[in-house]
Amino acid sequence: MSGTFLGMPAFPGNAAAAVRDSQLRFNLHKATRTIRGKRAAVVGELPDWGELRAAGKEIKDHTLRNLDRYLLQLEEAVTRAGGRVHWAADAAEANRIVAELVEATGETKVVKVKSMATQEIGLNEALAERGVTAYETDLAELIVQLGDDWPSHILVPAIHRNRSEIREIFREKMAEWGRAAPEDLTDEPRALAEAARLHLRERFLSSKVAISGANFMIAETGTLVVLESEGNGRMCLTLPETLISVVGIEKLLPRWQDLEVFLQLLPRSSTGERMNPYTSTWTGAAEGQEFHLVLLDNGRTDVLADEVGRQALRCIRCSACLNVCPVYERVGGHAYGSVYPGPIGAILTPQLHGMTRATPASHGRGISELDASLPYASSLCGACFEACPVAIDIPEVLVHLRAKAPHPRSERLAMRAAGWIFDRPVRLARTQRFGGRLRRFVPGRLPGPGAAWTDTRDIPDIPAESFRDWWDRTEGSTR
Amino acid sequence: MNSRERILARIRTAVAGAPQVPLVPSRPAAAATGREIGLFAERVADYRAVVHVVDPGKEDAVITEALARRGARRVVVPGGLPQEWERAVRDHPGCEVVTDDPPLSAAELDAVDGVVTGCAAGVAETGTIVLDAGPGQGRRALTLMPDYHLCLVRAGQIVAGVPQAVAALDPARPLTWISGPSATSDIELDRVEGVHGPRTLEVIVIR
Ligand code: SF4
Repeated sequence: MSGTFLGMPAFPGNAAAAVRDSQLRFNLHKATRTIRGKRAAVVGELPDWGELRAAGKEIKDHTLRNLDRYLLQLEEAVTRAGGRVHWAADAAEANRIVAELVEATGETKVVKVKSMATQEIGLNEALAERGVTAYETDLAELIVQLGDDWPSHILVPAIHRNRSEIREIFREKMAEWGRAAPEDLTDEPRALAEAARLHLRERFLSSKVAISGANFMIAETGTLVVLESEGNGRMCLTLPETLISVVGIEKLLPRWQDLEVFLQLLPRSSTGERMNPYTSTWTGAAEGQEFHLVLLDNGRTDVLADEVGRQALRCIRCSACLNVCPVYERVGGHAYGSVYPGPIGAILTPQLHGMTRATPASHGRGISELDASLPYASSLCGACFEACPVAIDIPEVLVHLRAKAPHPRSERLAMRAAGWIFDRPVRLARTQRFGGRLRRFVPGRLPGPGAAWTDTRDIPDIPAESFRDWWDRTEGSTR
Repeated sequence: MNSRERILARIRTAVAGAPQVPLVPSRPAAAATGREIGLFAERVADYRAVVHVVDPGKEDAVITEALARRGARRVVVPGGLPQEWERAVRDHPGCEVVTDDPPLSAAELDAVDGVVTGCAAGVAETGTIVLDAGPGQGRRALTLMPDYHLCLVRAGQIVAGVPQAVAALDPARPLTWISGPSATSDIELDRVEGVHGPRTLEVIVIR
């Protein structure tokens, strides 16, 4: 998986299939509604939420504007604290750096704490090719890895699985990966979590290398920050002798004190808690550990170059936009065909793949059908913008990307014709009258390229008489 | 040009001509209300942790009782734990006290029933305890592997909100912010206490 799940068809096809899956729709509805409610309650508790949100936006905008300076400051601080910093221009380079670091330790097994950046670059697959097995340790990621499928939500990646499915996956697959599930495993969440605890405990105790991402990096101090719930993050950050963190260059904050804003915005927006169970911060080589930081570009500098699109780099991956999105609630995360699902995925995936690149220098990557379709995976209702803790105007970026996406010739011709007609009232009146006379011959579904449009919509009835003609006939203007 | 130079150059080209955005000044933290201790205890309990609020000098008995109730037989105490607290741990009959000197292996820590520590700060607004691996807290693994964590918080360590805590803490130290026991909601969004960290968190607040 390199950014998108390989061979993923475009959004409309995925969506149509997902909508027919009633179990998925039930799970999604329950999950998104629950988190929405919790989030609203804890956001309402803070009287200065609006100011925090504005501060979050401004701190991120300031950082992005001065990203070069802050990255250098971070590099210096991490190095001073005994860590080593590596720079990766793209996925292949990041994967190569990590693989070489792992190989240098002589280990063939690594533990991983959930990280979207490593999913984006397909790190597990790249390591597997070099004989290194990466074990996911987040409960949901474990379910996804054992079940050999894809995550579908930023925060609850196995949201598409119910408890009995999870029990089956554990019973069938745990033994292949390590300690087997107990014979009498029930589908109680408590029992399933216990099985995961025992299965992974052995792994933690024997692993010498861990790979993580980070939610934030502090330029001034060189500190990395990871927020989590289960404690698998703490296990990975604490126990192994070597820690490798792969982090997107946009995760930077200038000052330690900026955490006061983001440690309030993120947990409340994401899990709807006042604070997540565990937050770890460390600076350089902590408690005698060997520490490597891999800074990842992989298309981010291209996003940064787009005046409208660059705001997507403010994202702190809280998933609030997913939970309020009416489209996401119905189709789920897989339809977006990428590690970044939902509204944020619809603007981030195509941009990271270079859809807005003006020159054909898109590193050999053409615009895929999926990338071109994602900006349309929205009704532009604006709920995501309102929920976003860093005020990313997702609808604005969607419209911007739609304008940049390639449009079929038939659509361009139709739009040009419409423009010509609407340009002069007399042309419009004539067209309406002409249409009224032909109304009996209008089909329910359009042929040719228009068929895609009528697959999901009905053609409106054309009235026998236009409003304009009725107004004139009944002498409306003299009333 | 290596990747470092290339990424920096691409950033400079990307933002050239974009307007500067000022860095917002630090936000004034909400003033202390004097209600912090009560709020802290309430918010910690909201995470389904066990909370006791006691008068100074009364915590020793509560430590002994808590360990007895828990039935903890091997308890690890970090270096620098106040002597009265360590004595209270030893007062629990049948309890073997384990120290981290020389450092315990992860497997040895895994075989321990519980851990007793102090902390670096408490955050009232969010019910959060912060450990900074300082005296009486131990290195990070100590409060991670055992299934039971008994944590003592002094009134003077409790601050009103997240901004005060961030200002008071030292980023050079490895920090662990703990809000309730380890938890997951990954299975049908049912909250289950405990996956990898301590499944039971018990907190003694000293007024
Ligand atoms: S776009 Fe905003 S709401 Fe969506 S995940 Fe990112 S920060 Fe959260």
